[in-house]
Amino acid sequence: MKLLIKNGTLVLGDCVKKADLLIENGKIAKIADKIDEACKIYDASGKHVFAGFIDLHVHLREPGFEGKEDIESGSKAAVAGGFTQVCCMPNTNPVCDNAVVTSYIKYRQQQVNLCKINPIGAITRGQEGKAMADIGKMKQAGVVALSDDGKSVADSNVMRLAMEYADDFGLKCLCHCEDINLVDGGVVNEGCNSTLTGLKGSLRAAEDIMIARDIALSESLDIPVHICHVSSYSGVEIIRSAKKRGVKVTAETCPHYFILTDDIITSFDTNSKVNPPVREDRDRKAIIEGLKDGTLDCIVTDHAPHALKDKQVEYNLAAFGISGIETSFALSYTYLVKTGLLTLSQLSRLMSYNPAKIVNLEGGSLKEGEVADITVADLDAKYVINSDKFLSKGKNTPFNGFEVYGKPVCTIVDGQIKFGK
Amino acid sequence: MLSKKDLLGLYDCSPAEICEILDEADNMRAFLSGKIKKSDLLAGKSLITLFYENSTRTRTSFELAGKYLGANEVNISVAASSVQKGETLIDTGKTLDAMKIDFIAIRHPMAGAPALLAKNVKASVLNGGDGMNEHPTQALLDMLTLRRKFGKIAGLKVAILGDIKHSRVAKSNLFGLKKLGAEVVMYSPQTLMPKAIERFGAKIAKSREEAIDGADAVMGLRIQLERQHGGLFPSLSEYSKFYGVNDGLLKYAKRDAVILHPGPVNRGVELTPSLIDGKSSEITEQVTCGLAVRMALLKLLAEYRENNL
Repeated sequence: MKLLIKNGTLVLGDCVKKADLLIENGKIAKIADKIDEACKIYDASGKHVFAGFIDLHVHLREPGFEGKEDIESGSKAAVAGGFTQVCCMPNTNPVCDNAVVTSYIKYRQQQVNLCKINPIGAITRGQEGKAMADIGKMKQAGVVALSDDGKSVADSNVMRLAMEYADDFGLKCLCHCEDINLVDGGVVNEGCNSTLTGLKGSLRAAEDIMIARDIALSESLDIPVHICHVSSYSGVEIIRSAKKRGVKVTAETCPHYFILTDDIITSFDTNSKVNPPVREDRDRKAIIEGLKDGTLDCIVTDHAPHALKDKQVEYNLAAFGISGIETSFALSYTYLVKTGLLTLSQLSRLMSYNPAKIVNLEGGSLKEGEVADITVADLDAKYVINSDKFLSKGKNTPFNGFEVYGKPVCTIVDGQIKFGK
Repeated sequence: MLSKKDLLGLYDCSPAEICEILDEADNMRAFLSGKIKKSDLLAGKSLITLFYENSTRTRTSFELAGKYLGANEVNISVAASSVQKGETLIDTGKTLDAMKIDFIAIRHPMAGAPALLAKNVKASVLNGGDGMNEHPTQALLDMLTLRRKFGKIAGLKVAILGDIKHSRVAKSNLFGLKKLGAEVVMYSPQTLMPKAIERFGAKIAKSREEAIDGADAVMGLRIQLERQHGGLFPSLSEYSKFYGVNDGLLKYAKRDAVILHPGPVNRGVELTPSLIDGKSSEITEQVTCGLAVRMALLKLLAEYRENNL
């Protein structure tokens, strides 16, 4: 089984160059200026070839919330978005806090067989923040990390013990940072626009306090920790200073945090409702700085698909979240690379290499011997985002009508073409 | 001519629109002083009040406004608890549309609910208060009261004291009064002051005396008991001691200054009883002006519907 990708421009970790790439038995067999081989050929003329994108933070909703998304629709959406691997959060029903649910997700992945799906297990049973979940058994069944995403483990001692126990199994905690008492029912960023709309605001401090706490635990215990969906300028600064001290902390952000500000809430469009909330321009700029200087290690989608009925209600009642997996690459390319803020290689590290490193996944780079998870994209393709065309069941995006560049045209997983032709 | 189907808030109204509403409301105020309070201006039109929160005066005021102008009027009360369980707001709106309702006056505990309804119905939506967002008819009636008393709004200094953070009344007044050239000064404990309110033109005073100094109008806002339980201030008695308005403070205001309150008043908490009942109080005139404002809005929105829909 061979596949030769010819005439493409390879996006490598340190440079971008024209080269051919030969895949054999699911691995990258050879990269050279010119390869000739009598096998199936993919002509990538005018296209860019990336290490397959890896999304550390998605919600596939199965089991339990199949009205919003399921593993099949989510996988189709993922490969259409150029993702070869995703890590799915455990806030399903039942919660993925045990090996049975973990195994079920792995089984469904095999049935659907599009992108790789790496389950993330809950830190605490039922994500209730009290007793530890079956961490060892879930590891055995295939979880790659732990998270109570959707909320923080409020009790610091429960968090400390879980971090220590998980560390023995080589599992890292991915921390959703939110002091729920301080949020106090807030649904948007607290500031000028929460005052204007009368929507209840939530301070940056509600996020920052938990970022600082989880970093403090990491530093005291010398156990690595990962901070989810950073949205505040002050949160970026807390992480930056921790990294300077050598704390083993990594962090992620999402396209909506480096593109949008809370000006979008003033129309009461519930597609702008996301947790943590989009904040102000100084936050947006700081997130970009964080991506540039390496304070933030990766771009994730926090893909949170919802049914129409979950969003077509009063703002307070609407579900939090953005369906993001089909727009992440185009938005990141358009707003970070096209604008000259980042290079293609930097973007590739943020979307492939770094996420793989953070939770120890294969893939993430284009080099001989590495697994053949590859995304081919047409960077000149210019189009308008239209969620009616999403393969995801979740049509909830604040980016409808945005004009973007960059379309994944072929997604290859283990040497097999899973999207495009 | 109003250029909109709905009245959702004063933030989106132009100064000219606000003046037009006040001019029309002036006529209605005169009509209300007449002997026969009945017109057929809105004959054949229908008004429904859809209230998801308790209200006496706003609801009654909307109902009477419709009745005095000859509209058919019905009301629906929805228990706040059923907001999350029952029919969705959009579905309720579609049902009312199918019943050929012309005007829906809505009060709802959640900001943005009237906007959501307005987007999904053909009827004209009048916001009777939505969460911490706006209460435009209350602000308009306050402005009508002030304009009738002082002959103008521009140049007036209006002091607003009380729970500003949770007050849609304070916000609508701020937006409206600023548009017509008044100065708005606010005072409350920080726990009851919304973030960045000064960006919308409010001045934040450092003391009650500073807020009231030279004011033409002093508006007290209702303190809700549940705010104390929420830990926003220690007790009602402490609140009234440090943040309430009493007769002694009124001497800082202009000699002919008026006392306003959107009601219902907690006597002795935000205002002392002697102020509520005193000669400076315009609190009952506010109620009459409220009726006039709502009649004016129904008339103007009916004209818009006649010409545009």
